[in-house]
Amino acid sequence: MVQDNGKEQTLALKLRVWRQRRGQPGAFEEHSLAAVPTSASFLEMMDMLNEQLIKEGKDTFAFDHDCREGICGMCSMTINGMPHGPIPGVTTCQLHMRNFRDGETITVEPWRARAFPVLKDLAVDRSAFDKVIQSGGFITVRTGSAPEANNIPVPKPVADEAMDAAECIGCGACVASCKNGSAMLFVGAKINHLNILPQGQAERDRRTLAMVKTMDEAGFGNCTNYGECQAHCPKSITLDVIAKLNRDYLRARVKEFFSSTGKPSKGGD
Amino acid sequence: MALTGLILAGFVLGHMTGNLLVFKGPAALNEYAKWLHEHAGLLWVARSVLIISVFAHIWVGIQLALENRAARDGGPADDATRRASVASRTMPYSGVVILGFIVFHLLHYTFRTVALGGVTYGDDVYKMLIAGFSNKPVAAFYIISMLLLCLHLSHGVSSVFQTLGLRNERWRARLDGLALAYAWIIALGFISIPLAVLTGCLK
Ligand code: HEM
Ligand code: SF4
Ligand code: FES
Repeated sequence: MVQDNGKEQTLALKLRVWRQRRGQPGAFEEHSLAAVPTSASFLEMMDMLNEQLIKEGKDTFAFDHDCREGICGMCSMTINGMPHGPIPGVTTCQLHMRNFRDGETITVEPWRARAFPVLKDLAVDRSAFDKVIQSGGFITVRTGSAPEANNIPVPKPVADEAMDAAECIGCGACVASCKNGSAMLFVGAKINHLNILPQGQAERDRRTLAMVKTMDEAGFGNCTNYGECQAHCPKSITLDVIAKLNRDYLRARVKEFFSSTGKPSKGGD
Repeated sequence: MALTGLILAGFVLGHMTGNLLVFKGPAALNEYAKWLHEHAGLLWVARSVLIISVFAHIWVGIQLALENRAARDGGPADDATRRASVASRTMPYSGVVILGFIVFHLLHYTFRTVALGGVTYGDDVYKMLIAGFSNKPVAAFYIISMLLLCLHLSHGVSSVFQTLGLRNERWRARLDGLALAYAWIIALGFISIPLAVLTGCLK
């Protein structure tokens, strides 16, 4: 925490915040906010703004948030053009106001992507991600009694790689930062997480084809290797997951194309 | 995109190498051109593959650009860019200029209907080439187009590896370097010819 002679530093800010009702066009609204402690998180700053609005008898800004510790992925805000703000590798809830200057104008917007329609103000509908997960982001297990933990050996490097991919919190910053509105980093992370583990093998090809299909149908764009997603992902997921998604997709398509029907062909040799 | 791009990127290497025969003198280049025309069957196979690749590449490219623009929904008011390269962000634009170049280039040297002053040159490809590049604006257009081709290839060639899933963080920088080197070799190889004519090294 930044301390100044025992007294905490504060900031006076100009805020340009997006105001929108569902299905209607939106616009920026300007507000001044004084005495923001530098130790406050960005969401706490937004709370201060909303309290000020309530006192003024005005409508508050809707924004998504839940855990406020960087693990749920709800806090979707594009701050000065950057999803999750100026510090790489952190979520909006982990972003502290000490990263801003006194007197600064801060622009706050929702995720911008056709697949993520605005619900209200800064809150967007990310159910397109849920649909992608529902189409293949699972494994089949025997339920009822707990299996013996070490029945299936998982090599340490594989476990590490799967855990790296599993770090994805499904926030959608990759889509918001991508100039194509592509969800490849998210889908790549989810597919990799399961496709490389022994437990994920049974559905491997089906999962890859189904999740990619659902992703395309949801209206996300196509990856053209800008790399913006990796640079804005709060969990620093790398483009490796996209390369591996492409590889698994090609593999699944080739296997599907040459799959056996189990019957001899009619005619021919 | 990757398959057609790969075919086109391979073609420019072959074409560039063939063109460099010009530095071995008129005989070498003209014999090479004659050899090509004598193997009409082979030439037409190559031409068909190229024509299909060019059209498919452009068609998918336009589709991609339109879909991606729609998916972004306008983007943020002040969009920040952290690492997307200039080459990656200008692919449709460099591509369109290269398309314009290909059309001009075919009219220039294959159909020989523009900028050659009505002279046909027969089988003397060498003479035709010198005449073509003695025209300064034409030579300049070739040079600028080749620089844009360099930009296009520098992103395109490295993207091929990603599309095929043959890339990771360890190899990313090396493959980007490889693509950049390839792009510059192609561009400088092509540019050396109009430049040599302009500076009087080739007559
Ligand atoms: C300064 C650079 C270049 C020079 C000097 C050059 C020269 C030539 C010449 C002399 C021909 C005609 C050969 C003949 O019909 O006897 C030709 C054909 C052609 N060039 Fe180029 N070229 C250059 C760059 C390029 C580039 C960058 C591309 C494509 C991206 C390209 C695509 C073609 C195609 C498609 C043909 C027609 C091939 C055919 O006849 O089927 N050229 N070039
Ligand atoms: S890949 Fe990163 S940016 Fe994309 S949803 Fe997962 S955590 Fe968020
Ligand atoms: S509120 Fe949970 S990650 Fe930010």
